[in-house]
Amino acid sequence: MSLARDIITIAAVSAGAFFFLAGTVGLLRFPDTLTRLHALTKADNLGLGLVVLGLLPQAGTLRDGLKLISIWLLGLLAGATVSQLIARTARQGETTR
Amino acid sequence: MSIAAVFEILLAAVVLGLGIWTIAVRETYSATVGFVAYGLLVALIWVRLDAVDVALTEAAIGGGLGGVLLLSAAARLRDAEPMAAEAPGKVTRASAAALSVLIAATLAGAVLHLPDSTPTLAPTVVANAWATGLANPVTNVLMAFRAMDTMLEKVVLLLAIIGVWSLAPDNAWGGHPGPRHQADPDGVLVFLARLLPPIGIVVGIYIFWTGANHPGGAFQGGAILASMWLLAIMAGLTDTPPVRRRWLRFILVAGPGLFLVVGLGGLWFGAAFLAYPPAQAKPLILGIEVAMILTIAATLGLLLTGAPERSVK
Repeated sequence: MSLARDIITIAAVSAGAFFFLAGTVGLLRFPDTLTRLHALTKADNLGLGLVVLGLLPQAGTLRDGLKLISIWLLGLLAGATVSQLIARTARQGETTR
Repeated sequence: MSIAAVFEILLAAVVLGLGIWTIAVRETYSATVGFVAYGLLVALIWVRLDAVDVALTEAAIGGGLGGVLLLSAAARLRDAEPMAAEAPGKVTRASAAALSVLIAATLAGAVLHLPDSTPTLAPTVVANAWATGLANPVTNVLMAFRAMDTMLEKVVLLLAIIGVWSLAPDNAWGGHPGPRHQADPDGVLVFLARLLPPIGIVVGIYIFWTGANHPGGAFQGGAILASMWLLAIMAGLTDTPPVRRRWLRFILVAGPGLFLVVGLGGLWFGAAFLAYPPAQAKPLILGIEVAMILTIAATLGLLLTGAPERSVK
């Protein structure tokens, strides 16, 4: 049982790390602000979600699991808001230039 | 070498590199962003050292509120930067470098000459935890064993806010600190500022409440409450209160004031200044902390909004 849990953890956290890596590569390689934001939000939302999913089997109690999930939800909320704000500022900068 | 050791060496290298970059980079804005990232990574180091209380404070102050403070300072300096573009003279640079090297060498020497068995009071703190009824040793030290230091820290916060307010121009004295923020009422910032504070207030109070037995406490909780308040201010949902308001000033002195009253009570009824009777230690400490979390939240929020700029209409 603990072996199955560990396998889920390793698989999900590795997948999450892959998304973070891909998002970072995109952040470094993509040409402009909007595409970079696109890469970054994929990393944050999917990567963090998969890491949390992978850590859930290791959470000792229901409370710890709920805390992990709420961390992911708050991360989603913050990431989505901040990327909207940055995108809006970037677009305004383009039109006034 | 274990994975944890590799991770720690990597973390230390990144923090060092980021620190050097923050100093070396030319633009104020980039340096600020570097400093915020630096603060978050230092918080990770504290977690690795099992100092979760310090990590929470570092993340809240070094990464969060300190970052906001520096960003707004950078935004103000942007206009002044072309004027200050003149490079400092050779003598200034050489003496600054010499002074920095001297300080770094002294610190390195002090660290290298630390005694092998570091003198520690940690076992004594754990052994005397019964005296307060709180299980978190950090809270015990802060609120009971070294309560004097904590009280004086709160007085320092009060002095800091007086210092910021004293920068106000005469016609704005007693008025609202900072600019009145405007945001699109249907925009995403206003949406976040409506959605997040209920969650943030619960988390802030939870961090404060759990500080009795687990990592957390009034300072970390207060920092979260302050950031929720600032979010509402920045989204234009609420204005900063005029600093002449009686209730505002009462909140600012409530924490250190109650601390002082309880301390004098200890002198009157008990053994010494700030000595709590063990039976009432926990309720007394919690009472002081309730006053303190309000003071800390208000002080941090007002420190970030700055000096009064607009007079009351």
